Amino acid sequence: MTTTATIGTTIASDGFALDPADREMILEERAHYPYPQAACIEALKIVQKRHGHVPDGAIPAIAETLGIRVADVEGVATFYSLIFRQPVGRHVILICDSSSCFLTDYEALRDAFIEHLGIQVGQTTADGRFTLLPVCCLGACDRGPTILIGEDLHGPVTPDEIPRLLEAYA
Amino acid sequence: MSRILQSAGERRAETHPLTWRLHDDQSPVLLEEYLDTQGYAAVTKALEQHTYESLTEEVKSANLRGRGGAGFSAGFKWSLTMKGEGVPRGYIVCNADEMEPGTFKDRLLMEQQPHLLIEGMILAGIANRAKQGYIFLRGEYHLAAAAIQRALADARADGWLGADVRGSGWDFDIALHTGAGRYICGEETALINSLEGKRANPRAKPPFPGQSGAWGLPTVVNNVETLCNVPGIVNHGADWFQALSGDLSSDGGTKLYGVSGKVNNPGLWELPMGTTGNRILELAGGMRDGLTLKSWLPGGGSTGFLLPEHLELALDFDTIGKTGSRMGTGLLTVVADNQSMVSLTRNLEEFFARESCGWCTPCRDGLPWSVKLLRALEAGEGEAGDIELLEQMARDLGPGKTFCAHAPGAAMPLASAIHYFRDEFERGITRPKGEAHADPIPVGSV
Ligand SMILES: Cc1cc2nc3c(=O)[nH]c(=O)nc-3n(C[C@H](O)[C@H](O)[C@H](O)COP(=O)(O)O)c2cc1C
Ligand code: SF4
Ligand code: FES
Repeated sequence: MTTTATIGTTIASDGFALDPADREMILEERAHYPYPQAACIEALKIVQKRHGHVPDGAIPAIAETLGIRVADVEGVATFYSLIFRQPVGRHVILICDSSSCFLTDYEALRDAFIEHLGIQVGQTTADGRFTLLPVCCLGACDRGPTILIGEDLHGPVTPDEIPRLLEAYA
Repeated sequence: MSRILQSAGERRAETHPLTWRLHDDQSPVLLEEYLDTQGYAAVTKALEQHTYESLTEEVKSANLRGRGGAGFSAGFKWSLTMKGEGVPRGYIVCNADEMEPGTFKDRLLMEQQPHLLIEGMILAGIANRAKQGYIFLRGEYHLAAAAIQRALADARADGWLGADVRGSGWDFDIALHTGAGRYICGEETALINSLEGKRANPRAKPPFPGQSGAWGLPTVVNNVETLCNVPGIVNHGADWFQALSGDLSSDGGTKLYGVSGKVNNPGLWELPMGTTGNRILELAGGMRDGLTLKSWLPGGGSTGFLLPEHLELALDFDTIGKTGSRMGTGLLTVVADNQSMVSLTRNLEEFFARESCGWCTPCRDGLPWSVKLLRALEAGEGEAGDIELLEQMARDLGPGKTFCAHAPGAAMPLASAIHYFRDEFERGITRPKGEAHADPIPVGSV
């Protein structure tokens, strides 16, 4: 399948087809702003919610839906840290590496995650279950060290709690 | 599990305008309860009794200073917004990007009292003749997003938002915009770019957002806590607001102060502006595990380190500003005597290096270089001249040398850590310039 972006270039979307429900949601978001480009971050998040990450083909598909340039969507998709351009695990573990958590033993927690999961920060487990990523201060510094798994905030987390904590995320 | 808001006594409407309605179980204050407890009374009053000029004047004379970290007078900012006959109506943008390391106050207000923020934004909308508000919320705040969405829908259904607000003939609505990461989105002009769906690079000033902001229209950007203070000012007046801080500070109002780090009782308190660091640390139960306090940051990672003796000072913008540091967000990060200033500074500079938007060279290239030097010192592999080089870098990252305040924010902890704790840095130097190191000292040792 190919899609025509507004600047006239034709870009292959690698067989990617925007889910009709997602397309609907993107058009709804577009109505919240005076110009369509403003909805592109939300559009990327909508696609990511369905696919876990933003597949290459989604970029021209979003551009086409919003009537904006492919390069503008690509530029945004590569800038923001919570937009994943590669497949990630079923559960993304965001571990806060900012100063208050650093002072409440974040490094020991990070090392325990690395050991328990058998991956480095930035990697995904072989079974595709977890991806471990760093994140800025999660705004829960009174509970450091903190992590966010999906939409769940946990803290303070001690290294020995990790196995039990992760049981809830199949 | 969360210990987030704590009380230093009974919370009352007259003394705790930001938190008196909050529930012990941390559930959000919903519309009905909010209306039963003076909620939206300030909007009614403003629509009936104020012009946009008189409303701005009230906030200006209350001397409400921006709680996002810079302490700029909100009323003064509003008085500079382009508005009036023939000027297109623009935007109120709430800065809810809260990513400053050590800061955890806006999340509480949004999760538990979203209507207070919405009311503050409506008032800011009236004062600035805006047509639309946006709440720019960081993407990781899922609970806050849900609470805000619900509150926006409820407020709209009850006529506080939308066309013809409460029959006044005035239109104003608010939409929630959630972000996708990156600390730089909190810088107000980067935030506007991000809102427009662009990369979050800051914009040149002037023009200031109040002249030409989102989509080229007059735009006011204010922090969550700043906006949440506005309903109280409108209800009770500028004098009441001033009196909240009594003799403690020339700035009015209360402040959400907090403490994180190795203390017995980390948390957040609403206290009069100008409360001392000692009092706040006392509420936090002092240092835990028999530790002693060595240093502290008054308000986030982009503020300068201070010493225990500075805890006597009133925590307000001007007093802390005189020490060479900044009050910033007013949430203290405490450092214990057994924690390495070199390691902590390295952690902070890693944060600033990663979060640089990459636009200008001192920030994009200088910060990773500072991390490299700090890592060498941390490993006991520093060479003579490294500290002077770091000091030079802190100067080159300072105000006026880069495109936005991100780099000066990175320079503050770096310069102050070296200033107050030079001996810790010196211990990391084990070789003359250009020579291989001899015996490394252990990582993180002080
Ligand atoms: C790098 C950087 C990050 C910032 N992050 C935030 C933030 O997350 N929240 C915030 O309210 N202000 C932040 N600010 C300050 C804003 O630029 C701006 O001063 C503030 O939103 C104005 O609101 P106020 O006057 O109500 O404080 C940041 C500034 C810089 C330079
Ligand atoms: S100082 Fe840093 S964050 Fe600010 S514009 Fe320059 S590169 Fe970007
Ligand atoms: S520093 Fe980790 S939550 Fe704030």
